[in-house]
This record gives sequence, C-alpha cells and structure tokens, in this order.
Amino acid sequence: MNTLLELDDVHVRFRTHSPLNAILKGIDDPFVDAVNGVSLEIGEGETYGLVGESGSGKTTLARSIIGLVEPQRGSIRYDGTELVGMPTAEMQKFRGNVGAMFQDPVGSLSPRMTIRSLLAEPFKIHDLSQRNLGQEVNRLLEMVGLNRDFANRYPHQLSGGQARRVGVARALALDPKLVVADEPTAGLDVSVQGEILNLLGRLQQELGISILVITHNLNVVRHITDRMGIMYFGRVVEQGPTETMFHQPSHPYTLALLSANPEPDPDAEIDRLELQGEVPSLFNRPSGCEFHPRCPFADDRCQASFPDLTELSDAHSYRCHHPLHVT
Amino acid sequence: MDANNVLEIRGLNVEFASERGRLRALRDVDLTIPRGSIVGVVGESGCGKSTMINSIIGLLAHNATVSSGSISFQGEDLLQKSERELRDIRGQHISMIFQDPMTTLNPVLSIGTQMIDIQYRDQIPKAQKKARSIEMLSRVGIPDPESRLDNYPHQFSGGMRQRIAIAMALQAEPELLIADEPTTALDATLEVQIIHRLKDLQHSMGCSILFISHHLGVIAELCDFVIVMYGGEVVERGTVRDIFHRPSHPYTFKLLECDPARIAETTRSLPTIPGEIPNLAKLPPGCIFADRCERSIGLCREKIPPSTEFAEHHWARCHLAGEVSST
Ligand SMILES: Nc1ncnc2c1ncn2[C@@H]1O[C@H](COP(=O)(O)OP(=O)(O)OP(=O)(O)O)[C@@H](O)[C@H]1O
Ligand SMILES: Nc1ncnc2c1ncn2[C@@H]1O[C@H](COP(=O)(O)OP(=O)(O)OP(=O)(O)O)[C@@H](O)[C@H]1O
Ligand code: SF4
Ligand SMILES: [Mg+2]
Ligand SMILES: [Mg+2]
Repeated sequence: MNTLLELDDVHVRFRTHSPLNAILKGIDDPFVDAVNGVSLEIGEGETYGLVGESGSGKTTLARSIIGLVEPQRGSIRYDGTELVGMPTAEMQKFRGNVGAMFQDPVGSLSPRMTIRSLLAEPFKIHDLSQRNLGQEVNRLLEMVGLNRDFANRYPHQLSGGQARRVGVARALALDPKLVVADEPTAGLDVSVQGEILNLLGRLQQELGISILVITHNLNVVRHITDRMGIMYFGRVVEQGPTETMFHQPSHPYTLALLSANPEPDPDAEIDRLELQGEVPSLFNRPSGCEFHPRCPFADDRCQASFPDLTELSDAHSYRCHHPLHVT
Repeated sequence: MDANNVLEIRGLNVEFASERGRLRALRDVDLTIPRGSIVGVVGESGCGKSTMINSIIGLLAHNATVSSGSISFQGEDLLQKSERELRDIRGQHISMIFQDPMTTLNPVLSIGTQMIDIQYRDQIPKAQKKARSIEMLSRVGIPDPESRLDNYPHQFSGGMRQRIAIAMALQAEPELLIADEPTTALDATLEVQIIHRLKDLQHSMGCSILFISHHLGVIAELCDFVIVMYGGEVVERGTVRDIFHRPSHPYTFKLLECDPARIAETTRSLPTIPGEIPNLAKLPPGCIFADRCERSIGLCREKIPPSTEFAEHHWARCHLAGEVSST
C-alpha cells in the first residue's frame, strides 16, 4: 500500500498567557505542548482512527494537517509534498485535496448562509463555479440523505444531526483524496450514524479515499478503522492494527480507555482499569513516562526515564516500560 | 400533579412556523421525572429532544408556539410563567447543560470571569467564588485549573469546553439538571467519571436529572427510566431495564439493533433503519413510524395509536404494544 500522508515528529505549541501575565502568575513557560512529537502514516485507501484523552491534541493535529495551524517542528508530507512551511497562497490551493469535517457541527456553518450557499461555497472558493451548482447541491443533499427542501434553511433551523450531515456533504463536495473527520458522528443517533459511516465506507471503496477519523466513540473506531493510534498528553502512546489494539493492547492507558466504554446493557458487568490521581499539569509535565502519576503499574523507572518506542510486528508500537501481555 | 415528581409534562404540542407550513415538532408528549431519579431520553436525530427541553426552560425559538399542554415543575406550570420568573427558575432551580457548550460560554470573556459571574447571587467574597470555581474545574478534570481561569473558550479543546459547561451547571446545585448530550466530546474514561459525578449529585443532593444522549451505553449505565422519541412523539417509556431488555415499540427495537456496540463481529456495513423520517409539516394519517415499520398492519396506516400502559410503568404508542415479542 502506498503512503498518502506521513507525519514525522510533529510539534505544536500554544501560548496560554501573555509574557506579563505569566510573570505575575509565576509560570516559567506559558505554553502548552498540544502536540508533542507525533509520527504516523496513513496509506492510500486506509482508515486511520485517532482516539485518546480529551485535550490530548487530536484536533490540533488534525488542524495542522489541513493547514490551519503551523507546527513549530516536524514534517507533514501529503503525497510527497511537504506542508510544513508551505506559503499561504499555495496552502490555500492545496486544501481542495483534503476534505475536512469539524468537531462542532452548527458552529462551523456560517449562520447567515442558507444550506444551498454553504454547499455551493467549496466550488466557488476553488474556481469551479462553472459547474451547475444547483445540480451539485442536490447531489450532495441526496448523498447525505437530506430532503431537497433543506437547501433553503439556515443552520439554526436544523437539528444537530441534520447540521452534521451538511458538514459531511461539504467535506465531500470536491471529491478529496483524504478526508479528515473530527468527530463525524457525534450527536447522531445510531442509525443515522450507521448511514453516515456506510456512506463514507462506500465512497472510500468507490474513490479510494483515505480517512483520518478522530472520535471518542470506541464502537465506531472498532468497526470502521484499519489501524488506530491512542493519544495521551500530546503523544501517540500506542498504535497498531485496530483488531490487535482491542484484543491485545500493550499500553496501560489503552487498556484503561478501551475498558471504560459503557455497554448498552443496564446489567452489564463492569470490569474497568481505573486511573488514579488527577490530570497532570501541562505547564509542569511529569518526568519519565508522562502517564506514570496515573498508571496502576508505575514504578521508579517509569518516574525516572522516558520509555523508548518499542516496535512489535504488524506496525504495532508503544511507549511503556511495563507493557501488558508482552513478556 | 403527584408530589413525588419533580417534573411532569402532559400532552405537550409544539409547532414551528416554516415556509413549508406548520411543522408539528412535538405531539402529545408526556414525561414524568420522579424526584431524585435520572431519566434518559433517546431517539432519532431531529425527533424533538432539544425542542422538548427548550419548552421546559422557556427558551424556544421565536418561530415556535406551544399549542397545548402543561409542564409542571414542583407543582407550578412553567408555561404560565413570565420571562422574568423563568429566568429566576433557570438560575436557581433548573440548570442546563446545552448540546453545544458555546451556548453557555461567552467567547469574549475568560472562563474565570464567567464562572465567578454566575455566582452573583451568593453573598461571599470574590476570592471564595474563585476558589469554588477552581474546585469545580478540577472535579471535571481540567488540568491547571487555577492558571487556566485566565483563558478564553477558544483556548480549550472541545471536550474541555464541554466540561467547563458541566462545571458551571453543577455550581448552582439545582433541583433539576437538564443535560443535552453532555458527554459527546469526552473520552470514555472521562465520560465514566462524569457519570459518577452525576450519580453522586443524585444521591447527595437528591438532584433529579433529565439526560439526553445518543450513547446507549451511557443511558444504560446512568439512567433509572428512559423515554424513546421518534418524529416528535414519545413512542415508548419505561424503566431502563424495560427499555433495554423488553423493548416493545418497533422503533425502540430497531434503535437498539443499530447500536454498533452490540455487534461483536467487526463490519464496514452497519445496520440502519431504511426509509426517512416523515415530513412534520404533512403528517401521515396513522402511526408516525408506519412507513419504516417491519410489523405494520392495515390499522397502522389509518389510525394514530394511543399511548398504552401495557405493563406496569411501561408505555408504548403502537397498535401492537405488548404483543411484539422482545429480544
Ligand atoms: N488556540 C489555542 N490556544 C491555546 N491553547 C490551545 C489552543 N487550541 C488548543 N489548545 C490547547 O491544546 C491542548 C489540545 O487541544 P485539542 O483541541 O487538540 O485536544 P483534543 O484532543 O482535540 O481534545 P477533545 O477530545 O476534548 O476535543 C489543550 O490543552 C487545549 O487547551
Ligand atoms: N427554529 C426552527 N425552525 C424550524 N424548524 C426547526 C427549528 N428548530 C428545530 N426545528 C426542526 O424541528 C425538529 C426537531 O428538532 P430538535 O432540535 O428538537 O431535534 P433533536 O431531537 O434535538 O435532534 P438532534 O439529536 O439532532 O439534536 C427537526 O426536524 C428540526 O429540523
Ligand atoms: S403502530 Fe404499527 S407501524 Fe407503528 S410501530 Fe406499531 S406496529 Fe409499527
Ligand atoms: Mg478535539
Ligand atoms: Mg438536539
């Protein structure tokens, strides 16, 4: 399989306090390392799932891939082209290659535009207005299962789920090769979620697109992704084939996360790996393995040294001194 | 009204004026929240969940009208209250966590300012209000709560904003908490942590909760009772075990069947419910689900089924209620 997207040691930092404010607050380093050295690859036609702790940098990573934030360090290559450091004008053109679905469905649609203009917009931005826009809008609405009447509505007149479908339609408008989907089905009921995921799956088969999906929905990840990565505190702590990750996770955080998923049965037996302690400080990151203050298996070594990347077969890798199931 | 209930909705009908005519978004909705219980609401995207909540708290869109029904909270009809009275009730007795956290959060004010502002009724020093805000933030797992009080909403991740909105809603120590999909942007470990928080609140303060979610696992783990909505109607209600173990309405049945959590073998073709939601401006003469129902009989297309209590505390709006075999 050919690699379509290749991330190498990507770093993104944000300033959280002005220099003066930081001095007043006694913060030496008023930045958060939202993405702290992430490397991963996505093949042509592959679906890669990114899951992990809320605030661990998933959206920031996605935004750096579509050129909305500039990494401080590292490389992002799309089909052989380096995106880090690309001039703005060129970046603008490049964006047509990547379809983006954002985390917040209603907020990412401008409130004063009708659904018709929202769906026609990508064609206008990329100089494709010569196409029959009316027809394109109808095609897109039909593709995501919305009645044609919706073209005249405004975003606030839609339910959360309907807004979500408009987002999918916009992302797929220009037949992109890569779709970056941040929580594409949050806020949808399970049957509509199934429709959207089947739709993405069908388009992937027909068009050979690659998908990077970010989601907290572990049931979705399990069914639709080929490989997945687990993020904690700005890093990918484990990645590998989805099957393996669910059946034989190596990193304790992976197990804690995957075992927390509530089951649709009020009498289900609950067997979770509970995390201890508080979320650590972003300004004063823990030493050694950053998961150690919350890890049930941590010892002195975990506190002292940062674990190297261990690569198993099958492109399965993790960073932990005491991996589960591995002897 | 039964004094054991915090909230009772009876025969609620709500319409939206639209270009296509009157959209009958809620029809004959009944809902009971026994004091100290957690009631879950599930249903198809666009079935009227948010409209129902907005009717309770008096925040319906301008083009909406309540054509009939009553909403009794602690014995008083909320539909008869003035704007001002409703505002007081919202501040002190009913708290709301909105589907989109940006409904609650002001983008141009720091989180700290907003959390202190909402405590304007409490006659305590500002320092104490600040300390309380920090405490609330750390309880919902926001790292470095003290220094991040200075940050603005856009400086937080989607899930962090959602947790801040939760913290603000809990700060009021309400008698009734209404939560519209409060955990969609949270990872599974945090989601479970929030579920525990809500259960604590229920036990320690006797707070009642109306909890809307598409995550059936969370509903099963958290709720005592569940109502199922479809196309503007409550099609089934009962205890959490009734709904998950003995579903009676064909829609409930289908909904549970579509949950990818129930499908052990991974698949790229997820189950869906074929067909479309009926047009709410042109309702069918019979059952609202008849077009998509695998069990429908002639009567279903002629007559609207009444809501029937076919077993104790277990209602369904189906001509075959009680006859449909369960899973
Ligand atoms: N514009 C910004 N300014 C300052 N900090 C930011 C900014 N955007 C994100 N951050 C911080 O970067 C970190 C990572 O945020 P990000 O949105 O990438 O997380 P996430 O993994 O997508 O979380 P979630 O699952 O909650 O959506 C958080 O600590 C967040 O507060
Ligand atoms: N202001 C409005 N004007 C016209 N129609 C509206 C308006 N608000 C909502 N609707 C319609 O009313 C129906 C119910 O919407 P509501 O937002 O209550 O659904 P919901 O159950 O909360 O959906 P979701 O799960 O997607 O959030 C939908 O068909 C929606 O399109
Ligand atoms: S009333 Fe008829 S159509 Fe409606 S759900 Fe029951 S069986 Fe199906
Ligand atoms: Mg995010
Ligand atoms: Mg809603």
